[in-house]
Amino acid sequence: MAVQVRIPTILRPDAGGQAIVEAKGNTVGELFADLVARFPNLSSKVITEDGQLHKFVNVYVNDDDVRYLDKLDTKVTDADTVSILPAVAGG
Amino acid sequence: MSRFASTVDLIGNTPLLDVSQLSPNPNVSLLVKLEGYNPGGSVKDRIARSMILAAEVDGSLSPGQTIIESSSGNTGIGLALVSRARGYKLKIVLPENVSPERRQLLEIYGAEIISSPGGEGSNGAVKVAQKLAADHPEWWYPYQYANPANVDAHYSGTGPEIWRDCPEITHFVAGLGTSGTLLGVGRYLKEQNPDVKIWAVEPPAGEMVDGLKNLDEGYIPPIFIDFGGVDLLDRKRVVGPRESIEGVRALGDIGVLVGISTGAAYAGAIKCANEIESGTVVFLSADGAWKYLSTGAWTDDIDAVTERARTTLYF
Repeated sequence: MAVQVRIPTILRPDAGGQAIVEAKGNTVGELFADLVARFPNLSSKVITEDGQLHKFVNVYVNDDDVRYLDKLDTKVTDADTVSILPAVAGG
Repeated sequence: MSRFASTVDLIGNTPLLDVSQLSPNPNVSLLVKLEGYNPGGSVKDRIARSMILAAEVDGSLSPGQTIIESSSGNTGIGLALVSRARGYKLKIVLPENVSPERRQLLEIYGAEIISSPGGEGSNGAVKVAQKLAADHPEWWYPYQYANPANVDAHYSGTGPEIWRDCPEITHFVAGLGTSGTLLGVGRYLKEQNPDVKIWAVEPPAGEMVDGLKNLDEGYIPPIFIDFGGVDLLDRKRVVGPRESIEGVRALGDIGVLVGISTGAAYAGAIKCANEIESGTVVFLSADGAWKYLSTGAWTDDIDAVTERARTTLYF
């Protein structure tokens, strides 16, 4: 199953310059494994050495931050859009 | 009691309004905490008072001293109100792209405005304020993103008020911003009833995200880390400008005039009400409509308003 993943400007050089890439998987973690297999430079920028999401990276399934769902185990379908975004302040 | 000695004493004890007629789920009650009723017109009056009073007590702020802070508007207005009442000089670093009413209110309360680039948003304003504070150790820098008195204003004020007025609450929804409201109210409510769920709403990351040169330029408010934000929040959802404008209009249609960020909190509360079987959802309105009338949010074509909202800071 192919899911669209939006890549932020800052990570596009590590993803072949693309703004949106398709990845395969049933969870966010599987999508990232697929992406990293094709774009190895993304690896350390999105996932830490111990397999957690990088603290300055937020990942959304549609409008929902996966850190407050099931993190990398959050399920996805081909109807979802996954977005990777850097953390910035509001207020 | 409705007779007061100082504008500072008018802060807090805001009304909680039942707006269940807007609930999409007949088994979910919907209430809004109207922080626009504070004297400076926003929830930020609470943290302005609490940060200044805490600094007076611990000795980091003395009579006549200058205060420097960054703000997209409301914290600045709150600090200006309290500073004027208590005799401090105030400098506010303000992103260029805030609504003109915010700028005017700061000027009326006597604050000096230092502009920061609009494209860098609140992050840019924080950086300018940090530099100025480092260059001027004689000024006091409250740094709302790291000040525990920000959280405490809500832990000891907003949270207890909500619990007093609505002990049947099951879900609390508010904008993320500095995270002070969610951390303080969330912690207090969960202490009263661990089953209460805390939902954060945030605006979509706009052009400011494109300005980042590397991920480590990202920013998480220190209080969010210090007060265990990741563990405290149960959900975080993005609400876009169009949904926010539709939200303020829906509330406007029942005579509740609120600021743009309240439209986002409302949209979050509606998503929550749609997902749960039954419950009582309280969402927080950070400010009233008055500072946003110039945006045409209630009257202009919604596509045009949405487009303008993409380049203006409303949170």
